[in-house]
Amino acid sequence: MPALALGAAALMGLAVVFAFFVAPQDADQGISQRIFYFHVPIALTAYACFGWGALKALLLLWRKDERYDLESYVAIHQGTIFGALTLATGSIWAKASWGHWWLWSENQLVLFLVLFLFYSAYFMLRFSIEEGPRRANISAVYALFGVVLIPVSFLAIRLAENVIHPTVFTREGPQMTGTMFLAFCVAWVGITTLAYTLYRVELSGKRLDSNLRDLREALGG
Amino acid sequence: MRYAADVATLARKDLQLELRARDTLPAMLLFVVSTLVVFHFALPAGADELAAQGLLWLALVFTALLGLARSWAPERESAALDGLVLAPCDRSAIWLAKAASTFVFLAAIALVALPAFAALFAPVTWETVAGVVLANVGICAVGTLLAAMAAASRTRELVLPLLFLPLAIPLVVGGVGASVSEEPGRFLAFLGLYDGVFAILCWASFEYVVSE
Repeated sequence: MPALALGAAALMGLAVVFAFFVAPQDADQGISQRIFYFHVPIALTAYACFGWGALKALLLLWRKDERYDLESYVAIHQGTIFGALTLATGSIWAKASWGHWWLWSENQLVLFLVLFLFYSAYFMLRFSIEEGPRRANISAVYALFGVVLIPVSFLAIRLAENVIHPTVFTREGPQMTGTMFLAFCVAWVGITTLAYTLYRVELSGKRLDSNLRDLREALGG
Repeated sequence: MRYAADVATLARKDLQLELRARDTLPAMLLFVVSTLVVFHFALPAGADELAAQGLLWLALVFTALLGLARSWAPERESAALDGLVLAPCDRSAIWLAKAASTFVFLAAIALVALPAFAALFAPVTWETVAGVVLANVGICAVGTLLAAMAAASRTRELVLPLLFLPLAIPLVVGGVGASVSEEPGRFLAFLGLYDGVFAILCWASFEYVVSE
């Protein structure tokens, strides 16, 4: 795990260097565009965490192995943290680009707000049920609802609003120069590695906590 | 065939309980009318009909929430749910029956709320009626499952709105769109898609919510 943490720190450092010193200045948006190298990878990482959490939830319901419960919870916890960061970086970008902290016409940001509310309720639900298989099952079903809600909400928001969010990735491929794309990829790998490291650290902490509790119960404390 | 008979028996049980005790439905009816009256005073003078259409959907969602919070109350008393789970029927039938009986309640609410809205605010179009029917299917499917989850928690009525509202956002988008858009067909189709996707998910996952 220390090697993983070092790797994540090095990649994040490299991402900062690429985003601020290697990638060329955007002719239209100037320096504010550089937040793109963090905002978009953070958002993609949040999606990946939610997806990973739902996959673990599915495995829990399928195989009835309770270790998946903790893995699903930790992945969703990380996803919610990265989701909150997406909202923060998106707001900063919106302020710099359009002069407003919040725009309802920004579909991706609105989607993240819905998801943030949805996954915050996940924690409310989880911590108000007694620990045990029932809690694991209910949390898993709710986590599965999340991955279905993502495309459904996206469609709903697209229907509700007109589209003015800049679309960088289209069917014709990414609309940016080679160096910009390289900086984006470095930041993406860096943030994904960071998320995976945090996931592993939190998971081992939670497992240690649970093992200690079991040991205390076994010793009759 | 056996499955349909189980669903019908369970749904009849819910409706009979309500007919005898009259716990939930009168409260929901009074709530929806009160909400519409409050909305009249919440809308500033000169607000257009479009704003009122949005408020109708808010009234319907909150009224449904009131009913959903009570939906598993009879099963919670004396651990009747455990008896139902042990009964020799498919567990998804319990969910389907509860969703069906909730749908009947919501249909009764719509029968009062829509004429009341037409009298107090603005005319109700056929598109709005179709939107209400489709949205009610989604509310019943998702809401019944979430209410079962909330019933297993310590905080019950407190946690249900938190679970339900993010999932109700697409229904509100579809419903309001069907009411006010010039192309209501797209929104009605979206509501149908939501109903289909979430009904299948709830049907398949209910077993895990009530069993250990």
